[in-house]
Amino acid sequence: MTTLLTNARLIDPEGLTETTGSLLIENGLIAGIGDAKAPKDADIIDCGGKCLAPGIVDLGVKIGEPGERHKESFRSAGLAAAAGGVTTIVARPDTNPAIDNPETLEFVTRRAAEACPVRIRHMAALTKGREGREMTEIGFLLDAGAIAFTDCDHVVSNTKVLSRALTYARSLNALVMGHPQEPGLSAGAATTSGKFASLRGLPGVSPMAERIGIDRDMGMVEMTGVKYHFDQITTARALPPLERAKNNGFDVTAGTSIHHLTLNEFDVGDYRTFFKVKPPLRSEDDRLAVVEAVASGLIDIISSMHTPQDEESKRLPFEDAASGAVALETFLPAAMRLYHAGQLTLPQLFRAMALNPAKRLGLPQGRLAEGAPADLVLFDPDAPFVLDRFTLNSKSKNTPFDGQRMEGRVLATWVAGEQVFKAEA
Amino acid sequence: MTFRARHLLGIEHLAPEEIRTVLDLSEKYVELNRRTVKHSDALEGMTQINMFFEASTRTQASFELAGKRLGADVMNMAMQHSSVKKGETLIDTALTLNAMHPDLLVVRHPASGAVDLLAQKVNCAVLNAGDGRHEHPTQALLDGLTIRRAKGRIQRLTVAICGDIAHSRVARSNLILLGKMENRIRLIAPPTLMPSGIRDLGCEVYEDMREGLKDCDVVMMLRLQKERMDGGFIPSEREYYHRYGLDAEKLAHAKEDAIVMHPGPMNRGVEIDGELADDINRSVIQDQVEMGVAVRMACMDLLARNLRAERGRQAVGVMV
Repeated sequence: MTTLLTNARLIDPEGLTETTGSLLIENGLIAGIGDAKAPKDADIIDCGGKCLAPGIVDLGVKIGEPGERHKESFRSAGLAAAAGGVTTIVARPDTNPAIDNPETLEFVTRRAAEACPVRIRHMAALTKGREGREMTEIGFLLDAGAIAFTDCDHVVSNTKVLSRALTYARSLNALVMGHPQEPGLSAGAATTSGKFASLRGLPGVSPMAERIGIDRDMGMVEMTGVKYHFDQITTARALPPLERAKNNGFDVTAGTSIHHLTLNEFDVGDYRTFFKVKPPLRSEDDRLAVVEAVASGLIDIISSMHTPQDEESKRLPFEDAASGAVALETFLPAAMRLYHAGQLTLPQLFRAMALNPAKRLGLPQGRLAEGAPADLVLFDPDAPFVLDRFTLNSKSKNTPFDGQRMEGRVLATWVAGEQVFKAEA
Repeated sequence: MTFRARHLLGIEHLAPEEIRTVLDLSEKYVELNRRTVKHSDALEGMTQINMFFEASTRTQASFELAGKRLGADVMNMAMQHSSVKKGETLIDTALTLNAMHPDLLVVRHPASGAVDLLAQKVNCAVLNAGDGRHEHPTQALLDGLTIRRAKGRIQRLTVAICGDIAHSRVARSNLILLGKMENRIRLIAPPTLMPSGIRDLGCEVYEDMREGLKDCDVVMMLRLQKERMDGGFIPSEREYYHRYGLDAEKLAHAKEDAIVMHPGPMNRGVEIDGELADDINRSVIQDQVEMGVAVRMACMDLLARNLRAERGRQAVGVMV
């Protein structure tokens, strides 16, 4: 099976370049790039000058299996991912029960393989039940295919437990992902403290809680030597300690979410619970600082932090409503806001959305290069549309972008050379 | 006369002239309430439901009396003991009540924003009787009326709001109302009870009470909301009283004719000296209670007028 994609604007996140040319897919791999010639039997697809980039590798997607399949199944998440240009889902273990033993991991691996049209890899919990008391069977879980270990938004507050888990993970060269947050300060918070939280009468958390969290975690990294990734850095004050750690040669990387890059605290408006995420949306100054950190490469990875919630969990007073937003399908259009604002170039965006996460996880994806897997997304960065949340493939429709004007549409998605999505003309 | 609002959810949504309309109409109801026969037929035949998801004696009694004096059929529902306990969501409760065709819904709820949420789901007028730490509009309006009657105006006054501002919806509504009426507002509280970023809302912030009270026309004390505190905001009540409790000595820093207000219920000896609270020359606390009934009558009257007009338009098929 050979396919030649011609007349494409090729987005190369490794060389940070954009060129026009063609791309040849053979046996699920990229076989040629630039002025590749096709064999006679090849399917030829004219990309019409639109952008062709490596498919998004989305680190930190919540899927409702097991436990909350009514919110999202592997099937619905996979369809949403394909429609959003996400070719590798890295699923979170904050399910119910948590993915904290090899049996549960095998269950989700099998379910995903049956139902999901895009690639999917699973993370496992760092502590049993994500309760922060006992480490999980990190060795067995690695053998069963766990790609990283995280308790997601639960912070392991007992540093003794954490130091042992990190030391053990280091001995197996496992990647650990942490949520930088001081749990005492952030307890009960629904917004970032400040003028907006005060006016709305909502409990807020100081942005310092993130900085204290990152400082503590850096101490633990220095102590144990573990490979560590911060899931979401969302404030300006957390950036200097991150920079110091990287300069000191620790094996740390950092991510942020697409919502924290494109929205700020004022978007909550009159208690709109679809804008309630964790950590809460920040001030505009913080947002801009984080965008800049992505551009400079200090923040390595952008994730969707896709978190499906049903209407019942969201149609509540703001403080009681569940946190999280779906984002697999709106990830790329939202990212285009940063491109159109002139803040990030397309290669920079795909470096953070595809190349860096793949590199961090030791995956061959994320590159437009010969021999790399043919996981690709074709998109039009300028196509305008108004988002209607009921058109989303996710079972849950809790997107903050409902009714908003977006620019940027996915036209087609390939996984291992197979087309898994094609936009209706 | 202008008053366009469909619901009274907060002072934030009111224009200064709408506030003036409420206060002017309230004056008429103050007079009515002082007569022996205190009856009007403004809400004749209408149904008013008071839904209190949080315990309240004073506000609920005030709303009940206001509704009855206007001729409405008033029903009180103490929600903290009812279906909420059985797991019903706020929206379902709202839809259930909506099916009973109430005309006015008076709601108090412990969560900020809950009354806004409820108002989206019903087709009657909703009055916010306090939602979490967000707003308590009728309290701010009755405070405004009390100030206007005592001082002869509600512009260009220096008003100090003192005490537990972080947990107070009364403080927020008053801050907005007094700001809209162009007054100088000072907030006085220990820093642990001062909401962050509040300075940006156009007020002066003081940690020292004597400094903050200097030359004030109005001193508004707030109740220390022990039930909303999850520990450790102040070292002790006696230290709080020493530093932030209003007594004659601290009040001497304000203007000679400054009035003392308190939304009630008071913690005597915690935020206010008992004798001072009873001093009829300085304290207008009893007046506030009286104004409360009149202001609530005015608000419900105005909302009922808008509701009738809207239903009339719907009945003849005018596009709204």
